[in-house]
Amino acid sequence: MSLSVKDLQKAADEALSAIEGAPDLDALKQVKIEFIGDKSALAKASQSLGTLPQDERAEFGKVVGAQRSKVSSAFEARLLVLEAERDERALVEERVDVTLPGRKILKGGLHPLTILTNEISDLFIGLGYRVAEGPELESEWLNFDALNIPADHPARTMQDTFFVEPLDARLVMRTHTSPVQVRTMLENQPPIYVICPGRTYRADELDATHTPVFSQVEGLVVDRGITMADLKGTLDHFARAMFGPEVKTRLRPSFFPFTEPSAEVDFFFNGRWIEWGGCGMVNQKVLRSAGIDTDIYSGFAFGMGLERTLMVRHGITDMHDIVEGDLRFSQAFGLGAK
Amino acid sequence: MKVPLSWLREFAAIPEKISAEAIDQAFVSIGFEVESIVPQGVDLIGPLVVARVESIEELKEHKKPIRYVGLDCGEGTLRFVICGAQNFAVGDLVVAALPGAVLPGNFAISARETYGKISNGMICSARELGISDEHAGIIVLPEGVASIGADAISLLEINDLIIDVAINPDRGYALSIRGLAREIAASLKVSYTDPALLVDPKKYEINKKGVTAKIEDASAASVMYLRTISDFNVSAKTPLWMSRRIEKCGMRSISLAVDITNYVMLELGQPLHAFDSAKIDGGLQIRRAGSEKTFTTLDGQVRKLSPEDLMVADSQRSMALAGTMGGLDSEVTASTTSIALEAVRFNPMDVAKNSRRHKLSSEASRRLERAVDPSLAEIASARGVDLMVELGGAKHLGTSVDGTPIFPAPLEFDPGYVRELLGADISDHIVKEKLEVVGATVVATTIPWTITPPTWRPDLLTGPDVVEEVARMVGYDAIPSHLPIGKAGAALSPFQSRKRTVAQSLAVQGFSETYNYPFISQAMIDSLGFVGDRAKAFRLANPMSEEFPLLRTHLLPGLLQAAVRNQSRGFKDVALFEIGSVFRDTVQLPKVPAIPTDKRPTPANLDLIYSSVPGQPVQVAGLVLGKLSPKNWSASGVEYTWSDAIGAAARIIEETGNTYEIVASDFAPWHPGRCAELRVDGKAVAHAGELHPRVISALGLPDRSCSFVVVLSALPYVATLRAPQIWTMPAASQDISLIVDSGTRSLDVESALRSGAGDLLESITLFDRYEKAGEGKVSLAFTMVFRASDRTLTAEEVTGYREAAGAKAIEICKAQIRS
Repeated sequence: MSLSVKDLQKAADEALSAIEGAPDLDALKQVKIEFIGDKSALAKASQSLGTLPQDERAEFGKVVGAQRSKVSSAFEARLLVLEAERDERALVEERVDVTLPGRKILKGGLHPLTILTNEISDLFIGLGYRVAEGPELESEWLNFDALNIPADHPARTMQDTFFVEPLDARLVMRTHTSPVQVRTMLENQPPIYVICPGRTYRADELDATHTPVFSQVEGLVVDRGITMADLKGTLDHFARAMFGPEVKTRLRPSFFPFTEPSAEVDFFFNGRWIEWGGCGMVNQKVLRSAGIDTDIYSGFAFGMGLERTLMVRHGITDMHDIVEGDLRFSQAFGLGAK
Repeated sequence: MKVPLSWLREFAAIPEKISAEAIDQAFVSIGFEVESIVPQGVDLIGPLVVARVESIEELKEHKKPIRYVGLDCGEGTLRFVICGAQNFAVGDLVVAALPGAVLPGNFAISARETYGKISNGMICSARELGISDEHAGIIVLPEGVASIGADAISLLEINDLIIDVAINPDRGYALSIRGLAREIAASLKVSYTDPALLVDPKKYEINKKGVTAKIEDASAASVMYLRTISDFNVSAKTPLWMSRRIEKCGMRSISLAVDITNYVMLELGQPLHAFDSAKIDGGLQIRRAGSEKTFTTLDGQVRKLSPEDLMVADSQRSMALAGTMGGLDSEVTASTTSIALEAVRFNPMDVAKNSRRHKLSSEASRRLERAVDPSLAEIASARGVDLMVELGGAKHLGTSVDGTPIFPAPLEFDPGYVRELLGADISDHIVKEKLEVVGATVVATTIPWTITPPTWRPDLLTGPDVVEEVARMVGYDAIPSHLPIGKAGAALSPFQSRKRTVAQSLAVQGFSETYNYPFISQAMIDSLGFVGDRAKAFRLANPMSEEFPLLRTHLLPGLLQAAVRNQSRGFKDVALFEIGSVFRDTVQLPKVPAIPTDKRPTPANLDLIYSSVPGQPVQVAGLVLGKLSPKNWSASGVEYTWSDAIGAAARIIEETGNTYEIVASDFAPWHPGRCAELRVDGKAVAHAGELHPRVISALGLPDRSCSFVVVLSALPYVATLRAPQIWTMPAASQDISLIVDSGTRSLDVESALRSGAGDLLESITLFDRYEKAGEGKVSLAFTMVFRASDRTLTAEEVTGYREAAGAKAIEICKAQIRS
């Protein structure tokens, strides 16, 4: 059996129209069997080439090849279209409500005091300071005596300081992190650049702005030629890091046994001056009690409450939130990522 | 200290027009914190007039006595008002607010009907006028003080600025008008008159005609003045100007004699004490209480004396707790006509101790314990006599003195030190000027200069003290800002870094960090079953609450309380952690004597100081109630179990690069069958598991609450990690199921398999555990993954490894291979 060129043309046209008309992949599969498969007219024409005389074979072969290729291309094109349609349909059917809450374990978080301590530590490490820590249950000598706070100073009464039994061991819950400064001076030669963050204790009743257990960060620098201008520059840098580049600071003369001259440092934030902490040039008596030669070295020190810093910066109005361990509080701060 | 601006103006030429802000700023810039500035009288509008009580009708039909009072307000006719006070009589001068007046608190006065009468105004108390807290009765003015109908607002000098200044402990001199006027004059750069220089103390003869003064204990006082007066007019009243000033300073007017002592104290800063000299037997002396047992102070309190208490006594008995409070017996009374006026420069320490021992802080002790100008004993006592003569018609009988004032010693000072310490360019000229402003005498002919501190500044002892005075007067704003840079190599310590990593890891795992108070109770220790070291808590000598007098020996009590609090606030799923120190009283602590501070402690003393501080391990503890994966729209949530707690503890140890072994433990407060002890180098470093059901139910926490504690500070530091070999040839996995006795520990089975599986075993995971594998039996199924570095393993090879592993399990754990 053989087909004329015209028949061939007709078979190809039928195939093309069937391909175009195939509504889905299943229909197209049937079309393939019928019009492209081994039993299709075009396949058979191809198979019959061998039976043609030599002189006709080439020319007819060309025609068969052209028609088959046309049909096959059309098939591939249609297949792509139908597959794309199928995929699209499937994806549409698989659509979900992505606003449903994502699957998460319970949200955790660092206490903001930890985040703040980390931030301050990193700031001062960047300035070449070490972060020094020490015991919270501390020797009275390191907490008071060495800091020029004499035995009858009001701060040493039971109204202010937690004393620990037995009393003759002279232990107190440290009232500031200054004993860490003293330890640092006793254990290291100048130059000394440290900050001392940590928990501190004073016998205040818990209320909206006070807590008997609170946190401080103190700074201590002892080096040659340290001046009060250095103190001011350091506090300016610190304040800007905490409260933004626009923040202003001021020093006010004050009194502390362990510094001379002494100052309070305030910062101007949200339209008002806020007391931040105490500071000054390290009292020479303090340097001497740690064995530092005051003819060669001078130093400055500062200290501020972390709770106060946190409350102002984050608009916390009640100290209870900081100390009660309500998980909503830490959760809100998360890991403190910027 | 509260001071009225009007009184400061007497000695400081403060500009007529000055705002409260400017005064605040002037004090603050030189180191005086202003607690408050109250503009007295701004909320008071007249008419407020002086009136005479002409008639009183007692109205008895009411619950309390009420008077209907006829007042002459200088209007020609009487004005009738209702009054609830009783402290006045017909003929008294009072202060009346007339209709149209507005009193503080926006209290408008109008004619109105009350108690069945028409009240046409109001007789005022001091509190109603906002000029003092006195409200025991209405104001009764001294006779002849003003004419009827006169304006009482100006008479009572109501319009004034009351400035409350906080005084630092090193500035005792500023607890006076004299001191604060000097300071604000210096700050505002206006002229100042020293009130002490207006007194002529030499006009009073020193003789033996009056009561004699004696300092028995020279360590307790440097100088004592005793001036005796007679013929004091018992009926003389305190003039209004004096009582008003005393009230504006926050004190009460009592009687002329007492008011004069208080007035002089407020003006100059030197406390005076007025003794009724008729009650003194012999002279007065300053001595210790010694064997005296009790003393009754003028507030009527009987005080138990310590032998160390400093007293002022006559030849028979104590008359005053020195510098703190007078005695009831020697107090001046309404009939006192002869007075011994005492002024002493006490040793501040002795007064401080008196005051502290007896918990008695008085206006006098507050000043004396901060050191009073030694020159004032002479001057202030003379000022007191001046006023008694002038206002009380008294005569000076004689003055007795003992001791001499000790003034601050001159010091050498290099003005260059100001620039060196402040880092500010302040000229020698300015340094000298500022030191003179604060009252110092400066001899600046050669360097170093010689500076003589003023008599009232015992605190100016060293170079930095002097620098502070200069800085304060120049203004701290003049100091430039310079940022010094520390040392290279700053970094977190390994332990700080460890704490930070662990905290972050736990937060990522769903835990919220808490900072709990470290105060616990014995009941907590008992209920958690703490024994041994964990029951050895330090006790606070002065706890905030008697309920929680102990320091925590463990983090769990605090976390449990926080958990209870969260639960009571409605949170079912709660995961908390804390990192913190614990305190255990486990070693004998040395007794620490007083150790000098004038130089570095000796090595022996330093050892003593350091060894007196007990070690304070740092723990991390976590606590989970309910679910860590909470119930949500797609799943019912996953309960947090004992196994998760153990996993969390193990993870913390792994993070530090350490390896651990686990043993079963019955450590309290965990469930004795569900508690793991994790050991590093054979030492227990962590406990984890489910809490004891009894602990859970006692606290009302959900069943199966779990917790873990790791002693962070006990974990060793691991040498730099060697990276693992990452082999890239294909892995072959083999599962093996074993049946063992149910008492067999899975860890032992795993170890046996490991020991038999050979070197190519990469990992082993328990993927199934089936309890119903026969009576007393349990089935454990492990996946073992094998990998070689250089080839793909054949099925025969890995089958061989699995069988070898199984053989070890059979041998060591008496396991059966499950087919």
